[in-house]
Amino acid sequence: MMHFLLLLSRQGKLRLQKWFTPVTEREKKKVTREMTLMVLARPPHSCNFLLWRDLKIVYKRYASLYFCCGLEDQDNELLTLEVLQRYVELLDKYFGNVCELDIIFNFEKAYFILDEFLVGGELLETSKTAVGIAMEEAETLQEVTHTQSLKCDTCPNISICFFFSLNRQWRSI
Amino acid sequence: MPAPIRLRELIRTIRTARTQAEEREMIQKECAAIRSSFREEDNTYRCRNVAKLLYMHMLGYPAHFGQLECLKLIASQKFTDKRIGYLGAMLLLDERQDVHLLMTNCIKNDLNHSTQYVQGLALCTLGCMGSSEMCRDLAGEVEKLLKTSNSYLRKKAALCAVHVIRKVPELMEMFLPATKNLLSEKNHGVLHTSVVLLTEMCERSPDMLLHFRKVCLLVPQLVRILKNLIMSGYSPEHDVSGISDPFLQVRILRLLRILGRSDDDSSEAMNDILAQVATNTETSKNVGNAILYETVLTIMDIKSESGLRVLAINILGRFLLNNDKNIRYVALTSLLKTVQTDHNAVQRHRSTIVDCLKDLDVSIKRRAMELSFALVNGNNIRGMMKELLYFLDSCDPEFKADCASGVFLAAEKYAPSKRWHIDTIMRVLTTAGSYVRDDSVPNLIQLITNSVEMHAYTVQRLYKALLDDISQQPLVQVSSWCIGEYGDLLVSGQCEEEEPIQVTEDEVLDVLEGLLVSNLSTPVTRGYSLTAIMKLSTRFSSVNRIKKVVSIYSSSIDVELQQRAVEYNALFKKYDHMRPALLERMPIMEKTASNGPTEIMQTNGETEPSVPDTKHLPLVTQPANQANDLLDLLGGNDVVPVIQTTLPTKPASAGGELLDLLGDLSLTGGPTVVPAPAPSVPVSQPPFLLDGLSSQPLFNDTSAAIPPMTAYSKNGLKIEFTFERANPNPNIAVITIHATNTTEADMTEFVFQAAVPKTFQLQLLSPSSNIVPALNQGSVTQVIRVLNPQKQQLRMRVKLTYTHKGSPVQDLAEVNNFPPQSWQ
Repeated sequence: MMHFLLLLSRQGKLRLQKWFTPVTEREKKKVTREMTLMVLARPPHSCNFLLWRDLKIVYKRYASLYFCCGLEDQDNELLTLEVLQRYVELLDKYFGNVCELDIIFNFEKAYFILDEFLVGGELLETSKTAVGIAMEEAETLQEVTHTQSLKCDTCPNISICFFFSLNRQWRSI
Repeated sequence: MPAPIRLRELIRTIRTARTQAEEREMIQKECAAIRSSFREEDNTYRCRNVAKLLYMHMLGYPAHFGQLECLKLIASQKFTDKRIGYLGAMLLLDERQDVHLLMTNCIKNDLNHSTQYVQGLALCTLGCMGSSEMCRDLAGEVEKLLKTSNSYLRKKAALCAVHVIRKVPELMEMFLPATKNLLSEKNHGVLHTSVVLLTEMCERSPDMLLHFRKVCLLVPQLVRILKNLIMSGYSPEHDVSGISDPFLQVRILRLLRILGRSDDDSSEAMNDILAQVATNTETSKNVGNAILYETVLTIMDIKSESGLRVLAINILGRFLLNNDKNIRYVALTSLLKTVQTDHNAVQRHRSTIVDCLKDLDVSIKRRAMELSFALVNGNNIRGMMKELLYFLDSCDPEFKADCASGVFLAAEKYAPSKRWHIDTIMRVLTTAGSYVRDDSVPNLIQLITNSVEMHAYTVQRLYKALLDDISQQPLVQVSSWCIGEYGDLLVSGQCEEEEPIQVTEDEVLDVLEGLLVSNLSTPVTRGYSLTAIMKLSTRFSSVNRIKKVVSIYSSSIDVELQQRAVEYNALFKKYDHMRPALLERMPIMEKTASNGPTEIMQTNGETEPSVPDTKHLPLVTQPANQANDLLDLLGGNDVVPVIQTTLPTKPASAGGELLDLLGDLSLTGGPTVVPAPAPSVPVSQPPFLLDGLSSQPLFNDTSAAIPPMTAYSKNGLKIEFTFERANPNPNIAVITIHATNTTEADMTEFVFQAAVPKTFQLQLLSPSSNIVPALNQGSVTQVIRVLNPQKQQLRMRVKLTYTHKGSPVQDLAEVNNFPPQSWQ
C-alpha cells in the first residue's frame, strides 16, 4: 500500500499531495519538508529508491517535477516506477503534452485523474483508456448539470457554446 | 457584492508575486473575501471559493475554515459541487476532526445515487479517508456495491472494502460471500482490485487463508488467469512494453506467495507457472524486471523445489550484473533476505556482490556492505576482509561505524589466526579509529590479553602506530594500555613475529608523557596513559622519573587524573611493599558473551579462585565499561540472584537449586515437567554441593581426545556434545553442542540454555544460527565453556525452546552422562 504521493517542483514547491493514511497537518508539513530535502538532494544518476523511517521511498523525476511516494515493505519498487510512469502518461493524454504549468493551473483535474487511478493507496485501474473515458464522461456530466442550472435564466445560445467548448481551459470554475 | 475571482485568475495573480510577503498579502486579502462570501451562504460561488481555498492550502496556508463548506458542497445536488466538495474533504478533513462524521450521511446517500460517477466519488472518498466509525456505518452499502454487475463501481467497491477491512478487521467476514465470483470477471480493473482484496483478507486472517486455499481453490484459478495473461496476444489497452497488464501479473504473484507459504500442495500447483514466468519474461525493460523480481520473491518464500530456487538465485545474479542501478539495488535487497536460507547459492555470487561495494550509489553500497558481512565465513574470511578493509578506507563516514563493527564481529568469529585477528583490528583502528564503537576498546584489550604468545608482537606494533599518529583515541587507549602491561617485552626486544625494534625505557616514557600533555587526548585517554606509566614502575628501572610524573599530576585540574595520581603517589610512599603485587600482569580474562538470552552466569563468590582477582579491582579504574565487564566476571552480586545455601534439610533441594537458577528464565510451560526430575535426584546431593573440599583424585589427562556424547535425543531433536580442553587453563572444558533435526520440518527460533551446579561457572557463546534444518541437512552449533576449578563431576540442566511446524516447543532435561575425562 502506498502511504503518500507527493509532486514536488525543482524549487521545492508542493504541486500535489495525496495522503492515504490519517496524518495531522503538522506531520504532513514535516514529511513534505523531509522528502523535499532528501529527494532534491539526490545526484542525477542515482538509484530511485531510498529507505526512510520504516518506508521505502520511490521517486522519479519528470522534467521539472519530482514524483515521490512512500511504500510499505512488501510493495514492489520496480512496479511502482511503472505506476508513476502510467500516471504521467494519463496526465499527458488528458492535457496533451503535459507540463508543470498544466498541473499548477489545473490541480483539481490532476486530483480527479489520480482518484480514478489510485484509491486507498492501491492501484484501481490498469487499463490505459478506462481512466480517460471516465474523466470524459464525468466532465460531460458536469457540463450537463451546469447547463441545466443555467437554462432557466439565460438565453439558449449559451448552452450551445458550452457543448462546443471541448477545450478544457474554457471550462473554468 | 462582485463575483469572486475565478480560480485560474487567482493562481495567475499569486504567481506574479515577487516576494513571500507580497504573496502572503494577496492570500490574506483573498481569504478575507472568501470568508465573507462563506458567511453570506452564497451557493453559486461556494464551489469556486473552496477550490481557491484548496489552492492556497497547497501553498501552505491555513484553510480549516473551509471544512464545513466542503460538507455543504458534498450535500449539494450539482455534480461540480460534489466533485470539489469531496476533493476538499479528502484534503482538509481527516478522522481526527469530529467534523468528518457529518459526511457519513451524505456519503450514504451518494452511495445509493442514480449516477455512477456520484457513487464513484463517494466510494473513492470513503476508501481513502474513511474513519473506523464511518466504515462501520457504511460497510453494508459497500458490500452491496461489491456485488453489482457494473464494473466501474465494482472495482471501486473492492478497494473501498480493502480500506474498511484495514480500519475494522472484524468486518472482514461480511465481505466473504461477495468475493465468490470476483475472479470470474473479465474486466482487468475488477480483477486487479479483487486480487488486492483477497490478498488483504488472506494476510489478516489465517482462517480466511485456509478457506481460500482449501475451499475456494484459489490457487488453480489464479494460475489460470496468470497463464491467460501471458499467453494472450497483444492487447493495446493493457500493454506495457510488450507485456500484458504487468500490474495484474505482479499482484497475482504476490497473492500466490501468500497462498503457497508453508503449504506443499499449493506450492506444487504453482511451480509450473512460476517457472514459465521466470523463463519467458522479457527483461530488456524495467517492467519485465519488475515481474521477475516479484516472481523471485514468491519462489523464495513458498515451498518450491530446489531447481526453481536455483533459478531464482540465478535471476538475482543476473540482476546484479544489470546496468540499471535500481535493478542492482533490488537484487542486493532480495539476496539479503535469502542469504540465511540459501547461503551456498548466494555465495556463488560473492565476487559480484563485493564489486558492488565500489559502486558510486550510496543505497547500493549500503546493501552490498550488509550482504558482504552476511556472506563472510571461515573459508573466505581472508579475501573478504581484504575487500572490506579497503571499503572501510574509502567509504563515507556514515558507513564507517557500521563497517567497523561488522569487521570486528566477523574477525571474532572466523579469524584464522590470532596474529591475523590482531592485525585486522589494528588496521581498523588506524583507518577508522574515530568511528569505532565505545565497547571495542575493552573487547580489544581482552582479546590481546588472551593471546599470550602475541603480546610482544602486539605491543611492538601498537607502539609503532602510536609514533605515527596520536589522534585516534581508541587506538591510543589500547596502545597505552598495552605498553603499560607489556612494556618490558617492548624494551627487551623479544618479538618473534617480526623484526624487534630497539626502544629504550626513556623513549617509551616520552611517548606516554606526550599523550598526557597533548591537546588531542581526551580525559579518558589521559587516564589510560597515567595508569600505564604507573604500571611501568614495576617493569622498568627508571622509577624516579615515573615518581616525578605521578607527583606532578597529583595537582591536576582534572579530578579523575588527580585522584589517580594521588593514589599512585600513596602507593609509592606508604604501600611500596604492595606495589609489585598490585601492578603485576593482568590474568587472562574470561570473556562475557555480549548477547543476552542464551547466557547464564553463575556466582562463585565465596570460594578460593576468585580471591586473587579482587586484588586487581582497584587498578581497574579505567573506563567504566571495562570495569563493568570484570565486575560481571567476578559475579557482582546484583547481577545474578544469590542462591540460598540452606541445603541439608531439604532432600529435593538440589533439584530445587537448579530450578531456581532456571527460574529467572520464566518457565511457563515448565511446572509440570520440572518437579518430575527433582525427586529422582538422589538425597546424597546436598553433601556433594556443600562439600567443596572433597574433590575427585586429580588425573592429568594428557592422553587422547575426550569422546563425544549424546546429551539429548527426543522428538527428532538430537544434541551432541563434543569436548576439548581450553588452553592454557586446564580447568576450563570447552563443549561444542551440535543440534540436528531428523524430522521433516525445520525447527526455527531454536534457543539452547543451560544451567550448572553452584561450584561451576558457565559461559554460552553465540550459536551459529537459530534454525535447525530438517532431515539432518545441517546443524546448529554453539560453544559452552565450563570452568570447573574444583574438578567436580559435571552435571548440567538444559532447556530447549524452538518452533516446530508452527507451534512452540519447550523442554527441560538433565545431562548426567558426561565422560569422566571432561571434568577431571
